[in-house]
Amino acid sequence: MPQVFHPSMNTFSKATIFGALFVLIALAFVADRVERSPYVTEVDVFREQPVPFSHEHHVSGLGIDCRYCHTTVETSAFAGLPATEVCMSCHSQIWKDSPMLEPVRESFRTGKPLRWTRVHDLPDFVYFNHSIHIAKGIGCESCHGRVDQMPLMRRAASLQMAWCLDCHEKPEGAIRPKRDVFRFGPEARPVSHEDALRLMKDHGVETEQLLDCWTCHR
Amino acid sequence: MSQHDGERASKELLAGCMDDAQADGQTACGARHYDWQAIRARLSAASGREYWRSFEQLADTAAFQDYLRHEFPRQAGEWMDAVGRRHFLKLMAASLGLAGSMGCLRQPDEKIVPYVRQPEEVVPGKPLYFATAMTLGGYATGTLVESQLGRPTKIEGNPDHPASLGATDAFTQAAVLSLYDPDRSQTVMHRERIDTWSSFLSALAAELPALKSRQGRGLRILTETVTSPTLADQLRALLEAMPEARWHQYEPCGRDNVRAGAKLAFGEYVDTIYRFDRADVVVSLDADFLWGMPGSVRYARDFVDRRRVAGGDARMNRLFVFESTPGLAGAIADHRLPIQPSEVKPLARALAGRLGVEAAGSDMPANVSQKLLEAVVSDLKAHRGASIVIAGDGQPPLVHALAHAINGQLDNVGKTIEYVEPAEARPEDHAASIKALVDDMAAGEVDLLVILEGNPAYNTPASLGFAKHLVNKRVKLAVHLSQHYDETSFLCHWHIPAAHFLESWGDARAFDGTASIVQPLIAPLYGGRTAHELMSVLLGEADQATFETLQKYWRKQIGEDDFGRFWRKAVHDGVVPETKAPARNVELSFDGRTPQAEEQIFAGGGLEIVFTPDPTVWDGRFANNGWLQELAKPLTKLTWDNAVYISPRLAEDEQLANGDMVELTVAERKLDVPVWIVPGQADGVISLSLGYGRSRAGRVGTGVGFDAYAIRPTHAAWFAKGVELKKTGRRYQLVVTQDHHSMQGRDVVQFGTLDDFQRDPNFLLADHPSKSREDSHRPFDLPSLYPDEKGSFPERKETDNAWGMVIDQTACIGCNACVIACQAENNTPIVGKEQVSRGREMQWLRIDRYYVGDIDNPDTYFQPMLCVQCENAPCELVCPVGATVHSSEGLNQMVYNRCVGTRYCSNNCPYKVRRFNFLNYEAFLHYDTEPQLAMLRNPDVTVRSRGVMEKCSFCVQRIQEAKIEAHKVNRPIADGEVLTACQQACPTRAIVFGNLNDPDSEVARLKKSPLNYGVLAELNTRPRTTHLARLRNPHPDLAAHQTGDTPSLDPRDQKIDKWLKDLEGGET
Repeated sequence: MPQVFHPSMNTFSKATIFGALFVLIALAFVADRVERSPYVTEVDVFREQPVPFSHEHHVSGLGIDCRYCHTTVETSAFAGLPATEVCMSCHSQIWKDSPMLEPVRESFRTGKPLRWTRVHDLPDFVYFNHSIHIAKGIGCESCHGRVDQMPLMRRAASLQMAWCLDCHEKPEGAIRPKRDVFRFGPEARPVSHEDALRLMKDHGVETEQLLDCWTCHR
Repeated sequence: MSQHDGERASKELLAGCMDDAQADGQTACGARHYDWQAIRARLSAASGREYWRSFEQLADTAAFQDYLRHEFPRQAGEWMDAVGRRHFLKLMAASLGLAGSMGCLRQPDEKIVPYVRQPEEVVPGKPLYFATAMTLGGYATGTLVESQLGRPTKIEGNPDHPASLGATDAFTQAAVLSLYDPDRSQTVMHRERIDTWSSFLSALAAELPALKSRQGRGLRILTETVTSPTLADQLRALLEAMPEARWHQYEPCGRDNVRAGAKLAFGEYVDTIYRFDRADVVVSLDADFLWGMPGSVRYARDFVDRRRVAGGDARMNRLFVFESTPGLAGAIADHRLPIQPSEVKPLARALAGRLGVEAAGSDMPANVSQKLLEAVVSDLKAHRGASIVIAGDGQPPLVHALAHAINGQLDNVGKTIEYVEPAEARPEDHAASIKALVDDMAAGEVDLLVILEGNPAYNTPASLGFAKHLVNKRVKLAVHLSQHYDETSFLCHWHIPAAHFLESWGDARAFDGTASIVQPLIAPLYGGRTAHELMSVLLGEADQATFETLQKYWRKQIGEDDFGRFWRKAVHDGVVPETKAPARNVELSFDGRTPQAEEQIFAGGGLEIVFTPDPTVWDGRFANNGWLQELAKPLTKLTWDNAVYISPRLAEDEQLANGDMVELTVAERKLDVPVWIVPGQADGVISLSLGYGRSRAGRVGTGVGFDAYAIRPTHAAWFAKGVELKKTGRRYQLVVTQDHHSMQGRDVVQFGTLDDFQRDPNFLLADHPSKSREDSHRPFDLPSLYPDEKGSFPERKETDNAWGMVIDQTACIGCNACVIACQAENNTPIVGKEQVSRGREMQWLRIDRYYVGDIDNPDTYFQPMLCVQCENAPCELVCPVGATVHSSEGLNQMVYNRCVGTRYCSNNCPYKVRRFNFLNYEAFLHYDTEPQLAMLRNPDVTVRSRGVMEKCSFCVQRIQEAKIEAHKVNRPIADGEVLTACQQACPTRAIVFGNLNDPDSEVARLKKSPLNYGVLAELNTRPRTTHLARLRNPHPDLAAHQTGDTPSLDPRDQKIDKWLKDLEGGET
């Protein structure tokens, strides 16, 4: 019986087998990159909002404290979104005819709330609590990025579990003095590793519990 | 796949059981006949400590073995839905493909909607609590209701309210589900057509002038029991304006006999308040005071507080219960005797006679031994002024009068018994009141009938003919206010949707007269109206809101001056100060004769039937509440049905097995109903609970169970003699959970007597020499099944908190409040009858009920069982994906988003406390499409989906909340700061939760008790939840009689001896 396959088939089959393996690995790699890419995590993606609110202008420009609008950030799991009334406390006096602010005025007139699109949105099985992070000296900046430099709001971090755990394993990377929690920029962070460890102690951060599943999932 | 298919499968399963030919051998249908001889022989050979759960277990049927060997019965894993295998594979392939292509995409955009004007005090993420009150049978229980951004989500007891003291019963816990019930009526109806409130007003306006000109002749108001001072005031005003109008009251599970008993004894209506906190001896004459009576949540606390054993010199009260059908009081009793209801009268006479009540006579009940009677009498005499004799709501007035006489004779009045002004607005005989109404309806004297809540067309005895006369066209206009478009609404001309108590203003009195203001937590979801509003319309004040009516009344009482402050305080506290009913000095004017009307109740012979309010649906008003329908009844563990309870002896005589259909004939009315054999049911008595067989309850309750009102007699509504019981040969599937999650052959329940304990507090160790109770976490010095690398257990890590729980089995009364509290707190779904039949019920907390002793009168033991949070958890070792792992504080964490549903963990759990979502139970009855039910969810707990394991989390959301608050200011969590939902609801404080690392915490203190033991601790699981052994306090004379002989297969004439032996059967 004559040989069915030409000897070159040996090379071909080897190439196919290893090639398939390579393709699989490559696919897995691509999938992993896609999963972490802004396409999925939506980092740095701007969303359409009813009013193009500029954090940069209000925070750096006017020096308004975060808590002026996000009132419950120190007391509750939820940081709080300002009621229309809060916007109108200034904008009934200044920029009161700006066409950009018409949705705000309309909301105030009609009593129909503004519908913003969430920028930072965790899955429903994650129970994040703002107040405890603030109390332990984790700055807004650590998760939300340089909000003071964002004319339009965008996500600065992936908010994926691996990203959360980075900090829950080593909170010293993010901890800062309590007076600097609501400040932004390099001068607001502790300078040295020792300082950070000392702050951890001062603020009573117990790293052990930070990795318990039920700390965030329940 | 869909729920619909599940429902169909359920019907097929049911049909299979109804079919005689198929019934045999089906585990779902149960065994046909038990070998009674063998069961009795086996029990008599058993030692005192052997406990059992069901006849299936005793007979060791295949079905029971199945429950025992598998974490779910065998068929639970099988594909029983209508979708075939091929179709299933196709669907799975398609879903895998779609899931693969769609699964990793980004989250959909979500909107976030702030307020326009932020309300004061509302902080998103922080619930608020408001005081209000819930009524059952007219009587109020004070509650604190949690509100999450305006949505009521959980009901707790109000610690300041005398009927609650911070606890609740199962009905109150489940009330929040009734609020969001999507089947509630949502619109005004006129002759089965949708109509409007304003056209109702004009229809009424057309009638009213004529009525007024006739002084109100022809106007009838029908209410349930009214304790609301404001509603009573409105009714009074109406009767003043129209003197010819009539107000009728009817409460299906009402207190006619109690009222009549007081009148018979004292010649006037008074309410009796029992002070169980001062009583050392309690004798119950067919009274289940731990459940269903006004004030029973409070009574349970007071009663159990006198039974708690703290140290070596412990004291306990003693409870004797004579009852016909097993109840909660009988289960906790130190001595219980099953007795026919008609025998209670001679028993009461005998007791009274021996205690020196002259008028009593000298009756002697046939089945009560001299010795027992002497024991009761000697105990009562030894505790003059510190004892209570209490007669059951169902017992005829004479027995109540005799109990009053006995209490008077024992100097209990003013000490353990208080007589006060009735809390009811107008005490009267409801049976007579409704009878008068029906007679007038028949005679055509009713022009306008206004029914303010209640469902008389369903829950009046059928022989009364209320429904028949309602539609006989002689009633010109009938108006029904109710939350559901129910049986009565359907027959009335107008139906007005009623507001739930969480949606409306109002007021009500508690059992001791204390008034509470009922405040709404949410605007009416479906435009519901209150009884006050309807009354205002009749009074010609149609625009007056309930709030104004209420304020107007209280302003009249309090005066203008200080009203603002009074009102704020009363609403805030949930209690109106100084409204407790004033005491009444009463004089016994009772001649001891049986009233004429009662003679006929006792006349005749034959089988007796007892009607009882149902422990899960009450009189039928909770029929559409899925949590309650699926709740296992405390003693029978029956769900989704009622059945006629029969004694083992009757079953033997009539050759009846569980689930056999019988035809009952009571006074010529017939009802087909399945039987359930109940250990401890008195011979010659059968009992049937009310509240089932609704035809217009809603999608949950319609067609569930059997309508006992069809055969309920109009006079003596609680029991009847001369019942005929005929086997029909058909079968019916009854679903009970008593064999689910069985842990047989292990020393699960530990118990003893007070005497044992006083002699040697460590008496439990006698049986377990290897045990050291110094530390309940290491009770055994055994080699470990699950060692770490070094071959030994890691020591408990010293973190700030080590959470643990102790459950006191002496205090547990088995009332089920904790089960519903857990379900409400943790978003646990209901699964339906068919799924329960496969052992798939989802409640995280179950109350196991064990029997000890012979089947005719066993001792009953309740054991709440939930995830015990093992320190060496068998479940954790077998999870292939690490979805269940240990936390640093000793919690056995279940991580839903990691779980892939292998079910290895529940296979390996010796406690059988893990629950698996076999289906998407949120979609039960298409509830997932009802937006209202999403509002019910606790936002702090994940709603689980199909294919995920779940179990008790020690209410980790509450722990986290407390921990965050404490950590913010770096302080430790105080003892009692974290209450689990079950603990908070428990009327008797049987459940204690806290930090084991805090030596001063209550839980750490209880763990040191010599009664503390870990269930299955011999497996070295080191449970964090431990139990305290159950102690009983039998009378020394009765206990001393103990011989240790095995009881013979007793013929009936040896019944007395047997009873005495039974008493001791449970003792060591």
